[in-house]
Amino acid sequence: MESELRAYIPQIEALAQDQGLDYYPVEFEIVPPAFMLEISIYGLPVRIPHWSFGVRYIYQLVQHRMGHSRVFEVVFPGNPGRAYLANSNSLEENTLVVAHVLGHADFAKNNHLFAQSQEQVGYNIVEQAAAHAGQITRAMELHGVERVEKVLDAALALEQHIDTHLGLHRESYPEYQPQKAEPREHPKDAFRERYEELTNGASPPELASNPEKAPIPPKPEHDLLWFIARYAPDMEDWERDIFLTVREESFYFQPVFACQIMNEGWASYWHARLLREGKFLPSDLYVQAIKTHSDVVRPYAGEHQVALAINPYHLGFSMWEKIIEEKGLAEARRIMSEDDDFGFVRNHLTQEMADELRLFEYKEEHNGRINIETRDINRLREQILAPKFNFGAPRVYVDELRRDGALVLRHDHKTDGRGLDMERAEKVLAYVQSLWRRPVTLFTADRNGDQQILQTS
Amino acid sequence: MSEFETKSDTTSTSRWYELFSRGSRDWLRHNDKVRAAVRERLADLATEPGVLTGNADKRVQVPVRFLEHYRFRLLDPADEYGAGQGEGEPGDELRPAQPGEGEGEKGSGGTGEGGLRFVLEFEADELIDWLWEELALPHLTPKSGGVEEEEYQREGWDKRGARARLDRRRSLKEAIKRRNIQPEGPSFTNEDLRFRQLVRKPHPVTRAAVFFAMDVSSSMTEEERRLSKSFFFWVLQGLRRQYTHIEPVFIAHTVKAWEFPEEEFYRVTAEGGTMASKAFLKALDIVEERYDPSRYNLYLFYASDGENFRDDREKALDALYQLTALTAFSGYVETSHRQRSQLDGETAGLFNDMAEQGRAVDSHVLSDQSDIWEAIRLFFTESATDIDS
Repeated sequence: MESELRAYIPQIEALAQDQGLDYYPVEFEIVPPAFMLEISIYGLPVRIPHWSFGVRYIYQLVQHRMGHSRVFEVVFPGNPGRAYLANSNSLEENTLVVAHVLGHADFAKNNHLFAQSQEQVGYNIVEQAAAHAGQITRAMELHGVERVEKVLDAALALEQHIDTHLGLHRESYPEYQPQKAEPREHPKDAFRERYEELTNGASPPELASNPEKAPIPPKPEHDLLWFIARYAPDMEDWERDIFLTVREESFYFQPVFACQIMNEGWASYWHARLLREGKFLPSDLYVQAIKTHSDVVRPYAGEHQVALAINPYHLGFSMWEKIIEEKGLAEARRIMSEDDDFGFVRNHLTQEMADELRLFEYKEEHNGRINIETRDINRLREQILAPKFNFGAPRVYVDELRRDGALVLRHDHKTDGRGLDMERAEKVLAYVQSLWRRPVTLFTADRNGDQQILQTS
Repeated sequence: MSEFETKSDTTSTSRWYELFSRGSRDWLRHNDKVRAAVRERLADLATEPGVLTGNADKRVQVPVRFLEHYRFRLLDPADEYGAGQGEGEPGDELRPAQPGEGEGEKGSGGTGEGGLRFVLEFEADELIDWLWEELALPHLTPKSGGVEEEEYQREGWDKRGARARLDRRRSLKEAIKRRNIQPEGPSFTNEDLRFRQLVRKPHPVTRAAVFFAMDVSSSMTEEERRLSKSFFFWVLQGLRRQYTHIEPVFIAHTVKAWEFPEEEFYRVTAEGGTMASKAFLKALDIVEERYDPSRYNLYLFYASDGENFRDDREKALDALYQLTALTAFSGYVETSHRQRSQLDGETAGLFNDMAEQGRAVDSHVLSDQSDIWEAIRLFFTESATDIDS
């Protein structure tokens, strides 16, 4: 399989470049399915060791053995990009995967979120993540497994809590309040009137005020990983380093998460198109590959006619097909480079398209009853996007660092629509407290919207 | 990645990722954490049926849950909304209400991973180790017995000895010293040779003798005997971990008392009434005969249903008074088929009397498996405070 596949790769690449795909070189590696499975769990070929991955691993392994999941391909953006293909796939499947990977590579070079992330994190995330794993292993040798694990428990629990808008490399907050430029308005009083009389209208000089200490943070801070690494009063340097390491990987993962529909759709569009136009492929290979394609982009699993989830491959693929058909490839490329899933779904998923795809919003009641609620496009868009806000995590931010080093976190339960699961919040708070080493408080709300306060001592 | 690639050079065909699985590594680490968690609630575990029964060779299966790595999560909403795909009109029911669901508990309560259960297997032996470690028995700091067990130790050198014990370094030194005085002499003479000497040295050994006395009279039911034996078994398992030399003594009694070897003791049944004094006197005889109290740490554990003959009271008190003067600790377990909080039987009275006189004794009820661990915990932490004070 491998030698035949290797022969097709340059031909498919030539075709892709002919079609305007623009990407950094991609290195293809053909690996056993067990390795594919691990990549899909860790998100990276070699990553920080942590017991929680072990749980996911066993869970996936069971699913995998039962035939519920199969990993076709994994690709890591970078220069060069790195693609991993399962050696258990057929030649037809892997031919499709090569074309699919090129779509991803094009996306990764041109989409602005990906481009920005790579500019910050670097163009070799695979090697970097391996270096991070080495860093953690060394830390374990130096400080003991237990202590390092404690740091990772906290850092990984907060891995979604970053703020990509403010960038990977950030300056500390200004230490002092900016001096007020505007002269204050003073009420007229006897002294002032007399002064002005004597000085031909000049006002008395302002008392020179000492610069005022700025509050920390000056405004709500959503990048919890950065804030803790930077401002924790009693953390050791190696502990801060681990927080920043986890954070750096999060900066890499964030665009993958934020563009999943667009990105998978784009790659699926291109694998279909490249195979269709790849005249060098034998026709039976093409037929087999297209069969695989329809498996990948089908909306329902197995024999079902209704799915309580939307397959991002199917949705993205259908949307790109429509956009390219109606607006042309150049416009599609512009959208691909400028949007993320929020813009993509809000601006380009129309009622007509949603009806064609038979999308609906459903409601699952407390008693398990599920019914179709509506096919209204606005509700649909929000429902598709709801799990994607804030990197998929509740909006928890740093409200205040008190003078005694106490940390005050707040959950924006109004925007999230409801409060936090208290049992879990308490456990996460305990992770954080074990490193913050001063009191940590969290404000959230219960089901009725009444304030709830969690506190560690 | 480079460090992994260099490893893979050892076998040209296999790549680094075939050499180990990161998933398995992290899964094993997870299991270690589960074991640690099991260990923390070991006392609860010990009371579960099946753990503190049987022998120490067997394996115990403990059902455990996957650990959850916690993250911030929103409360489960009353009604959940989602996006789906397929035919149907608004209002169409895709799934009817599920019987059994609802009522505050949602089927999807966990992340799907946190709720999974699996079974971890432990060596019973390992569990006992942990149980005893948990007790952290400082009180069992044994008194060192007298002279015991001679061991060979190296000590000094001699000019004669077996070739095997020739000390080359030392011999060479001697040769150099000699040639300093007689520079013309031969490089080595027999006089230069030095041999290591071994000396028999006495080595203090900590030892204990434990008396397990059981009432085997007809009033003891099969179940009561089983509990007592189980209790003795675990006490002995624990003490064996404390003392390098431990000598258990098994005494069964009715209105007479007999000493048995361990295997037979656990099978003994007899007919007749109960005279505890006989057991205590038998123990005293054996101490006199074999276990010098200045060299042995002595323990007594006595199991009975508590129905001692009233006529025996004076004798029993007297014998127990002598015996408890010699023992580091004496524990009494009263078997009973009903749950009792107070021990007010005839035999319990004997031990209460000792306690009042300041002897290191205590009593505990033994009505089911869970009491075994409670009794062990009480006895061994109790005797700790006694010795400390």
